[in-house]
Order: sequence, then C-alpha cells, then structure tokens
Amino acid sequence: MTDVLHPPVHVEHHDGAHEEHHGPTGILNWLTSTDHKVIGLSYTVTSVIMLVIGGLFAEIIRGQLASPNGSLVSLAQYNELFTMHGSVMIYLFAGPFAFGALANIMVPIQIGAPDMAFPRLNALSYWLYLTGSITMLSGFFTAGGAANFGWVGYAPLSNSLNTPGAGADLWIGGLLLTGFSAIFTGVNLVATIFYLRAPGMTMFRMPIFTWNMLVTAILILLAFPVLTAGLVMLYADRHFGTHIFSVAGGGVPVLWQHIFWFWGHPEVYILALPFFGMVTEVIAVFSRKPVFGYKGMIFATLTIAALSLGVWAHHMFTTGVVLLPFFSIMSLLIAVPTGIKMFNWIGTMWRGQVWFSTSMLMALGFLFTFLIGGLTGIYLASPPLDFFTHDTYFVVAHFHSVVMALVLGAMAGLYYWGPKISGYLLNERIGKAQFWFLFIGTQVFTFPLYILGLQGMPRRMAVYPNDPQWKTLNDISTLGAVLIGISTIIFVINVVVSWKKYPAGDNPWDAQTLEWFTTSPPPHHNFYRLPQIRSERPTWDHNHPDYRSLHHGEHEGVHEVEGTHV
Amino acid sequence: MPGFGASAGVTESSKSAFHLWQGFSIGAVIIGALVVFLMLWAVVRYRRKGDRIPEQHQYHLPLEVIYTVVPILIVFGLFAATLVVENKATANPKTDVVVNVNAFQWGWQFLYPGTNALVYGQTTESPIMEIPVNTNVHINLTSTDVIHGFYVRAFNFSRYALPGVVNQFTIRAQSTGTYFGQCTQLCGLYHSLMFFRVKVVTASQYATWLATFNNPTDIANAAAALKTTNAELASGVASKTSYTKFGR
Repeated sequence: MTDVLHPPVHVEHHDGAHEEHHGPTGILNWLTSTDHKVIGLSYTVTSVIMLVIGGLFAEIIRGQLASPNGSLVSLAQYNELFTMHGSVMIYLFAGPFAFGALANIMVPIQIGAPDMAFPRLNALSYWLYLTGSITMLSGFFTAGGAANFGWVGYAPLSNSLNTPGAGADLWIGGLLLTGFSAIFTGVNLVATIFYLRAPGMTMFRMPIFTWNMLVTAILILLAFPVLTAGLVMLYADRHFGTHIFSVAGGGVPVLWQHIFWFWGHPEVYILALPFFGMVTEVIAVFSRKPVFGYKGMIFATLTIAALSLGVWAHHMFTTGVVLLPFFSIMSLLIAVPTGIKMFNWIGTMWRGQVWFSTSMLMALGFLFTFLIGGLTGIYLASPPLDFFTHDTYFVVAHFHSVVMALVLGAMAGLYYWGPKISGYLLNERIGKAQFWFLFIGTQVFTFPLYILGLQGMPRRMAVYPNDPQWKTLNDISTLGAVLIGISTIIFVINVVVSWKKYPAGDNPWDAQTLEWFTTSPPPHHNFYRLPQIRSERPTWDHNHPDYRSLHHGEHEGVHEVEGTHV
Repeated sequence: MPGFGASAGVTESSKSAFHLWQGFSIGAVIIGALVVFLMLWAVVRYRRKGDRIPEQHQYHLPLEVIYTVVPILIVFGLFAATLVVENKATANPKTDVVVNVNAFQWGWQFLYPGTNALVYGQTTESPIMEIPVNTNVHINLTSTDVIHGFYVRAFNFSRYALPGVVNQFTIRAQSTGTYFGQCTQLCGLYHSLMFFRVKVVTASQYATWLATFNNPTDIANAAAALKTTNAELASGVASKTSYTKFGR
C-alpha cells in the first residue's frame, strides 16, 4: 500500500538533510524545541494528564453523591472539587488537547507545511499553558483551598469579600495565562493555514479538520480577548478597589455574566468544532468514502461559528434581565447546521464499507452521544423550558452528554492519528474493550441525571434531601462514572502494552488526506516529497487514481479493481 | 400523553410550560429515532464485507437542501410555540397579593407589604411562604449579597435573585398544598442547604394566617426583627447567626 506507483510531481529535494538538523536530544530537545510535532506531543501528554486529574475530581464528586448526606468530603471541599473539575476539563483539557495537541501536530502536515507559521510563538503557547495549568491547580496548596465559586466564577460570589482566598487569584492568573496561550495558538493557526499551504492546496481542498481548526482559531481570536478583559476587571475588583461588578460601588454583577458568556458560548464551539473535524475524517476514512457534502459541511461550520457569537444570553434567561426572543431563535437555529453535519456524517457512511476499528467505534459513539446532547440542548434554547431546567441536573446531564461525546471524539482522534505521531498502532482488542466501557459508562452516567434534573435536583449540591429515588438515580450515575474511570485505566494499559509493538507504516488505514502521504512519524520538516494535490484527498487520489469523488447522478466506470487494505 | 420526565405542576404557567415540554419532547423523540435508525442502518447494512472500494459519492444537492430546509421550518415552529408560552409565563397581570422575597446567604426573607406578616429563616429551617390559591401573587425578588436562584419545582419556574435588581413575576397557584423550594444558583458554603417551602392555602386560611401577625406583641416583635434583619442584610456578608433565633 505504501508503494509509490506514480512518480511524485512536486518533489522537495532535501535528501535527508532534515534528519541531521536535530540539535539537542532528550530533555534538552523537549525544553528548547520549536518543532510543532514536539510541542504538540508535549501538549498531548500534558492535556491527557489534565483529563486524568479532572476525571479523578469527578470520581470523588460522584463518590460524595452516592449517598444523600455523603461525608467523603466537606461542603467546602466539594465546592472546590466541582469548580476545579469544570475548570480543569474545560480550560486545561478539552481546548488545549484540541488546538494545542492534535491541531498543532496535524494542521501543518494536512496542508503540506513544514511547521507552524511562528514556531517560537508556538513554544511560548505551550509554556504559558503549562505554567497556567500549574498556577490554577496550585490553589489546592493554599490556606483557603482552591477556587470554589464554580468554573463560571459568577460575581459577586467571586469578589474578595465572598471568596477572599489566594486560590481564587491563582484561578484567575492560571486562566489568564492559558487564555493567552490559546490566543497565540489561534494567531499561529490562522497564519499557518492562510500562508503555508502547499502548491495545489486551495482552501476548498483542505481537509475538514483543518477547516474546522481555521474556524475555531478565528472564534478564539474573537472570544478569548473578551474573557481576558473580564478576568482583569475581576482581579481589579478583588484587589485594586474597583467596583465593576459590585452593587455597592454602582457596578453591575450581571455584567460579568455577559462578558463571561460572550466568551463562554463561542467557547462551547471552540471545544466542539475540532472534535467535529476529527470525527469527520475518521468516518470518511473508515467508510472508504469521501466526506459527504464536503462544501455543505464547511458552510455548516461557518454558520455555527457565526451564530455562536449571538447566543450568549441563553445562559442568562433566568436572570430575567435579558429575556429577548432574539437569543432564543439564534440558539434554536444552531440546531440546523449541527443537524446538517449529523446527516452528512450518516451520508458519508451510506453505501460505504464501514470498518469497525476502535477509532471508528469511538466516532460512532460520538455520533450517538452527541445526538442526545444536541437534542436536549434544543429544550434549553426555549426560555419557558429553560426556566425549570436551568441550574438543575438536567443541564448538567445535557452538557456532559456533549462533552463526553467530545471525549469519545478525542479517543477516535488518538487511535486514528496516534500511529502517525508515534509510528506504532495501539492494540485494537484492548481499544474495543475501552470503547465499550467508555460508551456504556457515558450513557449510564448521564441518563439518570436527566431524570434527576426534571425531578428538581439542583446542581452543585454537596448533600441533597433524603429521597430514596434520588439516591437510586445518583447511585446509577456513580456506577456510570466508575465505568468511565475503568475505560481510562484500560486506555493507559493499552498504551503500555502496545508500546512500540505494532509498527504502523505510512498509511495503515488507507486514509485520504495529506498527512498519510509522509512517513510515520514524519521527518523533521514533515515531507520529503508531496503528491499532486488535485482534490481534498491527495493521498487517496495518489493510491486510487481510478476512484475520484462523484456528484449526484454520476457513476464510476470501473468497480472490480481490488482495493488496498491492511 | 406521556410527561417525558417532567410534571404539570400546580400553576397556570407551569401547565403551559409542561405542554410545551411535551411538544418539544415528541419532536425530539421522532427526530432522534429517525437519526438513530439511519445510523444503525448505515453501520449494519454497509458494514465492511471485503476490500471492494465503494462508489465515491460525495454530493447529492437535492437531499442536502431537504435536510437544511426542513429543520429550519421545524425550528421556526418551535420558536413560535416558545413565544406563546413565554409571553404567558412572564406576563404581569393585575395582582392582589404582593410578596417581597429577599434571598441571602443562606436563607430567605418573605415580606408582605401592607400587612404585618414577615417570615424568615436560614438553611434547613425552610421558611414557609404562604400564598392564597387561585390568586395572582406578585413576587418582587432580590438578593442582599450574592446571586441566588428562586426555584419551586411544582411551579416549573426559577428566577435569579440578583443583588441590586428587583426581578418581578406573577404566580397563580391552582391547587393547595405545600411545595418544596430551593436555591439553585451556587451561593457559597451552605448552598446545598438553602431550602424554603411555598404553602398554598385557601383565601380564608390566608386571611387567618395574616391576622396572626396582628396582635400588638407580634407587631412589635416583627418590627424589631425586620429592623435587625434589614440592618444585617444591608451590612453585606456579616455573620447571619442571629437569623436562627428569629426562625418561625
């Protein structure tokens, strides 16, 4: 399969010069590298550690809720735990894993670039991210404990009167640092995608993942500076005597919510779009077909991004001060492009050859879980329904369906691209065991929470009224969380067991996009040579010149040619 | 018709919100079932059977137009239904009874303007807000410190208690009974324990209850208590321990 049947047209002659390029090795290489693959790998390892830390917090939370008057942790510790669980997962895992780890490694290779546009800025992004993460988590070692006002940090609970401790300041500082890290990565991605594409790689020949990362990067540049400004204001309120968010000095507490959610809702799509992109690639490759409705998919992504900037107040319907129908219709409309994506994913599998690799199973798990999260999200766009589900476990269940779908998508991405980065495949049998624990665990974990929310259990409760049904539902949910925990352990076992065991080759999945044309792992500047780029599937075109993409009504002349496979 | 996990509640607007919930749920179940069926069909019918490369179909414009336009129409239907119910839920009709609800860390104060009635209590003392049945009750909701959430499941309704803002809404309970209420917005250490009750009674029971506040000793006590509580509430986050002794 890796045989080169046709002489490559565009050849970069470096004759292995890049291999000699490597300067320091080992830890010094890691500390000083500006190679996007090394930085991306640092991001991958750091963000997966954050996933494990955030997951441990989640297991403690579910342990506490296994009984109505749980005594695993104190009320104060519980507030710290769910605050840091949300903060770690959203600020330190999901975003950095998507645009710091996978995009950092894959976007340059997918468009045939030797590196990111600004390699040193890229290194700065990683070091800001690492120091920001350590800063935020170090709150646990201060006298007052870590931040405890929820991951949204609503004023005036987050002011110096109500939350005097240093943990809150470390939370603000950590978030500022990781925020700048995200902004710099956004700048880098936009510049890389606009200026470093290989000859022939036009915008509408870019893989969907790269497209989604471009849109994500633009959203980052629009949203994150607003959060940064808000955090500076919050810090000024806490320490410099300003009264931006406090009634006493003529400030407006709800202003914080406006600022936070003006960042926070685009952030939802900043987290989701990269994983949509990964799953799109995985489904196309393992159905052995092109992405169905490629251009429609891109326009759906752009529509989601545009709408996401005008829906922030749906998080604030119950404040009573922004009850405008505008926010309701904008939020409902996001269902349309999201639905287009869902149908495009199904259309990609339709009449394909669906190969149930671990990566594909994870992607299918994503589809189902995201469908549940998406449908329950539509309710929340309707203010009368939001009134009685807001701040209950219904909302918790909704966004955990969404983010657990993203975790499944992340796993699909790791199993799919891991071999390209490391040169070695993961064990498929263990991977499938991991999938079933993760997928079933997710449903067992979220489903009881929907019912609990509708029965009136508010979120962020360390203890809850002693109702036998509430206890049962909480216990089932805790069981689901345990299954998810086991799946994480299986993943770690898989990495250990498969360590350098199954060589991957250049293109183990008969994939379509440019990253599968180079070696695994790619050389220092990614490519020794490039194929002709005449569609969004250059590697596929190169390996299967007789199987081009078809429009509606077209048919392929030749069918019975033996395809390639592992 | 199934409730899809929710319940009708006891107020006029809780029932219309519940019907909206049912409508949304029927739509969600139909669309969800259709998508799950298509997914299952695709993975079962088109599972890998060999190494043959399938036809590389990428575009089907008529189909793509259909699954863009139909969802838009559905969304506008949902939006229209939302507007009707929302206007009902947030309407402020003529009211006969007014209750000023004051949330604080970590309890509730219910003040009935024009009468001597005052109820307050913190955390698990669960102060009881008493209101007459089949009457428009106007609530003025505010907070003295951080943001709290006024949530009664039987009303299918919640609203933030914001410092510096008086949120107004109207409740019309249609059956008597005592209903559980709780703070839903994280407000600090004892957030999990910030309970209250709403007791819906007949008009005559309500009048009798109001009258219990009218003897001179109670008036004097209530006035003193109001002064103390308001002074404390105004002082920000000072110790609220004194509330315990005023609990009804």
